[in-house]
Amino acid sequence: MMNDAAADAATGEPKADPAQTHVAVQWETPSPLVSCRFDPTGKYVVVGGEDYTLQRWDLASGTAVSFKGPHDSWIRSLGFSPDGQTLYSGGYDGRLVWWPLAAEAPEPIRAVQAHDSWLRSLSVSPDGSKIATCGNDRLVKVWNAADGSLIRELTGHEHYVYTTLFHPNGEILLSGDLKGVVKQWNVADGGHARDFAAAPLYFANGAGQGVDYGGVRALSISPDGKSLAAGGLHKATNPLGAVNEPLVILFNWEKGEVVRSHVTEGVNGMSWRLVHHPDGYLISGTGGSSGGWIMFFKPDQDREFFRFQMPNTVRDMDLHPDGIQIATAHYDRHVRISRMIPKPA
Amino acid sequence: MLCKYSCRSDEHVLARRQFLGQMMAGSAAALGGLSLFAQPGSTAQLNKDQKRIVVFNMHGGLSQLESWDPKPGTNTGGPFRAIPTSVPGVHICELLPMTAQQMHHLSIVRSVNTAENDHGKGAYMMLTGRRQTPASNFPVLGAVAAKALTPSDSPLPGHIMIPGGSGHSAYLGPKYSSVSLNGNPPPNIERLSNVELQADFARQEIRRKLNERFSSQRRSALTDAYTYSFEQAQQLMERKDIFDVSKEPASEQERYGASELGKHCLLARRLLENGITFVQVSHSNYDTHNENFDFHLEQLGEVDRAFSTFVADLAERGMLESTLIIMLSEFGRTPNINVYYGRDHWGTAWSVLLGGCGIQPGAVIGKTNENGTAVVDRQVDHGHLFHTYLKAVGVDSSGSFDIGGRDVPLADPAYSPIQELLA
Repeated sequence: MMNDAAADAATGEPKADPAQTHVAVQWETPSPLVSCRFDPTGKYVVVGGEDYTLQRWDLASGTAVSFKGPHDSWIRSLGFSPDGQTLYSGGYDGRLVWWPLAAEAPEPIRAVQAHDSWLRSLSVSPDGSKIATCGNDRLVKVWNAADGSLIRELTGHEHYVYTTLFHPNGEILLSGDLKGVVKQWNVADGGHARDFAAAPLYFANGAGQGVDYGGVRALSISPDGKSLAAGGLHKATNPLGAVNEPLVILFNWEKGEVVRSHVTEGVNGMSWRLVHHPDGYLISGTGGSSGGWIMFFKPDQDREFFRFQMPNTVRDMDLHPDGIQIATAHYDRHVRISRMIPKPA
Repeated sequence: MLCKYSCRSDEHVLARRQFLGQMMAGSAAALGGLSLFAQPGSTAQLNKDQKRIVVFNMHGGLSQLESWDPKPGTNTGGPFRAIPTSVPGVHICELLPMTAQQMHHLSIVRSVNTAENDHGKGAYMMLTGRRQTPASNFPVLGAVAAKALTPSDSPLPGHIMIPGGSGHSAYLGPKYSSVSLNGNPPPNIERLSNVELQADFARQEIRRKLNERFSSQRRSALTDAYTYSFEQAQQLMERKDIFDVSKEPASEQERYGASELGKHCLLARRLLENGITFVQVSHSNYDTHNENFDFHLEQLGEVDRAFSTFVADLAERGMLESTLIIMLSEFGRTPNINVYYGRDHWGTAWSVLLGGCGIQPGAVIGKTNENGTAVVDRQVDHGHLFHTYLKAVGVDSSGSFDIGGRDVPLADPAYSPIQELLA
């Protein structure tokens, strides 16, 4: 039964309350998971596993359909056309693949070799016309979603590009790399506009262990467009042993300056995914040696205002279009759907 | 008379070398006997006749699944694919595309089971061929090679480690302990500019006379070590250029890549060409409990260019026939991918790479099961490998050292070489 305080006064619809977060359902999958996304219609959650396959889970029925196709590596990035008809998948094989999301037995529509080495992230433009991808070849590429042709190649990153994100206005593209540099690009002409310096997310020769570590693992823009969040890790005292803490750096969009660092005390791990809730707070999917957590940050506070521990480490996270459900992909082969409303009695 | 060593610790030997390194700044390059050790003209003959060994020590535990025994598409395979090599039917991980083109010079042992998951113990086993026990200490391969293969009149140290570390010589004595280099000439190798040659010569003479007088009554292993190190320091000063990788043309340095490993591999080639018996190049860090795939991507990217260039160069220069190449770790990494995208310590089923002198090229010895969790064919361990290394360079691995009148086997008598791997 819905708590009155958690219902929207105007519509009567349930209103998200992070403090009420609970795992509502979990489904076991064939292998440890590496990615998850809700489709824009909110009917499905799609997950990628270490077995190189995708699964589409119907949220209402709890039934799954497997996608098997041209990927021969992990599928770490997922996106959708705005109408939810087409699923885009990006893999560590460098391939970008188009799929009919709702097909009974999905077969790939198209596949392009988008990057040499890993394709680490993809983002679909708000109008659905373009797909941006990035990868270990230090490139950001913009693709025509309709025919798979390459529109533009953006160069300038000096190390692996970990994540990319279209601005909600569709005119700006962002990309973040291992060195903690977030580049802002003009979609229309591919021009490089400016950099956001997220250097605290990067550790060169981390702890003297001879490895470069960290990077911009997640990006999100606030609903009012006034801030950009870049997520990853800091305090990497033992990169090879997973001893580091999650960190989210909040930038003032207009000035490009750091306005806040969201830290999480007592938790080892990394912020794998950031999503702004329509109500303005930031949700971070965090995983690591302290297990899996969903952290909730307000833009005017350094520390989270609520944290929710998951049964297993979180490797990816997404927010449902209803603003209430959160999907998390886990190492223990489960996709979990949590709800930010009171748990049914 | 056998000298009784008062301290056999690595720390002691290392401290000795550091101490001497500091003192070398005050040493002269004009000892009367120095010319006996400095004979550059003998290098060509050394190259032709002398067998040499180079070890690439992948410190921390190289993943066999991300290198020599990939299992793509299995539950342990991880995200990387397997690629064909220059040997038909042999595939290695896609992280090593340039090395893949040199595999006809190399061989893989895919069935190593050392049953040891501890860094220190694993390293000891792989570098000495024996399991560590409290009651005994054995010399590392570099020390054994230096003693067994280095001509007695060689002007150069026989055992070099890049970029440092302590290669203990145990009962073979400090003469065969490692000399550490970091890609640059040894420090303090130049005579101080404000010390005249004659003054320096006189100073060395005083040192020698004092040393001889002291040794005549109170000789010990420690004084022997000091004396040997001073003499060796003089030799190093004479031949210092061979340790200076910057003497290589820029084009060569570019071929090996801008990484430290590239510099170290080029230095290793330079040392081997100049008659050094044993060179160990270490590369860190493979102890990837976290983000195994990202870190192997980074590390093996450096390895691929530098190592493949090194192998190709040795082949092109006719040095493979006389140089044994070994790439090893203290252990491999778990087939299981852990919660942090990492792999943990795994001595149960992993791989070692060999090539060159005495090794059958293009061979694959042994096999693991479908997902790499167990050896299913021709299981071997550190003992077999140590015998094989020695046998490959023409040393009778069943032989013994005469240590103070006591026969001490070169390698563990309980094992034997991997015969089918030998050329």
